[in-house]
Amino acid sequence: MAQVRYVDATRVYAKGTPPAVDALDLEVKDGEFMVLVGPSGSGKTTALRMLAGLEPLDGGRVEIGEKDVTWVPPKDRDIALVFQNYALYPNKTVAENMGFALKMQHVPKDERDRRVREAARLLDLDEQLLSRKPKQLSGGQRQRVATGRAIVRQPRVFLMDEPLSNLDAKLRVQTRSQLAELQRRLGITTVYVTHDQTEAMTMGHRVAVLSSGKLQQVDTPRQLYDNPVNQFVAGFIGSPSMNLQTVPLTDGGARLAGKVLPLPAAVRTAASQAGLRELVLGIRPEHLHLADGTGELTGEVILVEDLGSDALLHVRLTGQADQVVARAEGRTPPGPGQPVTFHVQPDDVFAFHPVTGTRLAG
Amino acid sequence: MSAVPLRARRSREPGPQRVREISGRVGWGIVAWVVGIAFFLPVLWMVITAFKPESAAETWPPRFTFSPTVSQFRLVFSGWGPYVTHSVIATVGSTILVLLLGVPAAYALSVHPVKHWRDGLFFFISTKMLPIVAVIGPLYVIALKTQLLDSIWLLIILYTAMNLPLAIWLIRSFMLEVPSELLEASELDGAGRIREIAEVILPLVLPGLASTALICVIFAWNELFLALNLTTTNAATMPMFLISSVPQEGLYIAHLSAAATVASVPVIIVGWIAQRSLVRGLALGAIK
Repeated sequence: MAQVRYVDATRVYAKGTPPAVDALDLEVKDGEFMVLVGPSGSGKTTALRMLAGLEPLDGGRVEIGEKDVTWVPPKDRDIALVFQNYALYPNKTVAENMGFALKMQHVPKDERDRRVREAARLLDLDEQLLSRKPKQLSGGQRQRVATGRAIVRQPRVFLMDEPLSNLDAKLRVQTRSQLAELQRRLGITTVYVTHDQTEAMTMGHRVAVLSSGKLQQVDTPRQLYDNPVNQFVAGFIGSPSMNLQTVPLTDGGARLAGKVLPLPAAVRTAASQAGLRELVLGIRPEHLHLADGTGELTGEVILVEDLGSDALLHVRLTGQADQVVARAEGRTPPGPGQPVTFHVQPDDVFAFHPVTGTRLAG
Repeated sequence: MSAVPLRARRSREPGPQRVREISGRVGWGIVAWVVGIAFFLPVLWMVITAFKPESAAETWPPRFTFSPTVSQFRLVFSGWGPYVTHSVIATVGSTILVLLLGVPAAYALSVHPVKHWRDGLFFFISTKMLPIVAVIGPLYVIALKTQLLDSIWLLIILYTAMNLPLAIWLIRSFMLEVPSELLEASELDGAGRIREIAEVILPLVLPGLASTALICVIFAWNELFLALNLTTTNAATMPMFLISSVPQEGLYIAHLSAAATVASVPVIIVGWIAQRSLVRGLALGAIK
């Protein structure tokens, strides 16, 4: 077990192109489940591969257990990686797949067998499956074998590169909780890459949000949701995502849908200090409260997505070009074409710089 | 029938589109058959002729009614001994050597490419650009000086050199198909170069190796020019046996056909055996 540290870690794929990972500073505590999340091209997989030793660094360093491993070959880093497509050896049986690393470390066969069986039991893999070849297994079983191959090694750090993306939706949710539970039980430091913010929020002790190779914010899921440092994090975390609207500033607030929405004094001060005439307002869908004609924001329902427990209303606010999404109670949502009004608590409104995207007076 | 959806039923009706579709398929079918028969007819001709008595073999127009005889085959089998032995040794020997040298070479040019791998790759194939007849003089002199003239070793070496470039290109293309994640997994698992080749790459490219070996076997088995010019008796191969089946005078077509039939059988057998592994998909089940 060990902590992991990226110090100024940089990776440039080709000269003249922007870095895939740009001066990443990140510390993963001992036993922590850290999720790297971001859209494709954000550098999250590259960052993981740098830690695995599959990608050289063009600057900075990577540490595992307070030891600089920047130039240590992958096999000597005491890590195990679960690949997105599992990368099981097709010609080897499940047991051979799981025990291969131990065989390379010259672990005696008895010990190898014992550890493979133990890992199989931990993952609810049937003993009979151990003698099968990967192509005879279902997708979910292959995923567990790939995880098992990592567990058997008893590494100091687990690395996982979108290990659930090849599973169907139901199995993904199920495996998600099993993996999180397994990590909790084993207590092994884990770095987990995903593009799925739900996976990030549900699994990670802390989540690092990346965009265009840069670390945007690293914090607990709750903090990311409640206190995003910039517009990117605010829009990326949360489903459905935060409503973001560029609106003009007025005295005492911002003008949205023909009404003046009051803004906290701190935001107003920050905006005037920055000399802004407009800013980006962010309101989460659940913070648009339906109000029977008495709300300050008016609009017209365009589309209703009924999710059962609740319903998502796509609404065009009066005078606004873009639609907003509001979460409404599921039983009696207004129908398409119906006029609605919303009430918004001033405290629930986020404000971002329209150019830089940073949070104003967070 | 009434349960058949309307759309499905309509598509069975002969609309102009449907007619074009069918005529297109039939057209390609005819082309395929014509080409296939054009290739097969001479072979059929050879096999039939091999069973004719010599007197019936050279009539014009050809006769299709004759009393079949195996006397030509008997003649072939009485004299083919040393030739077939030499051919087998040269073919098998050179093919094994080609694989032994080709696998590491292809690995160094694909999985972990060495510096200037492009130049290396081009150099290998450039050796095939020179017509072999241009080097036969120097080859003869070298063989003479090294006492390898009319020796089976010479043929093994030459056939290896002849097939190696193509084999490297083929094996390399198969190795490039191995998913990079598997190689990375083996790297993480701590497998060295040898283990990586033996335990991860080779099992995946085995079907490719089989087809490469098949091509090497065919080329080596059928090679005539080098054998003809550099061997006489101690290393003469099956193609030379065919030539020796042509006597100075007299009828020989039936005898030659029988010899040629016998000479082609091993290649057909090897091809038939290798076929299964050829069609088996590369890296099946490796991904996902």
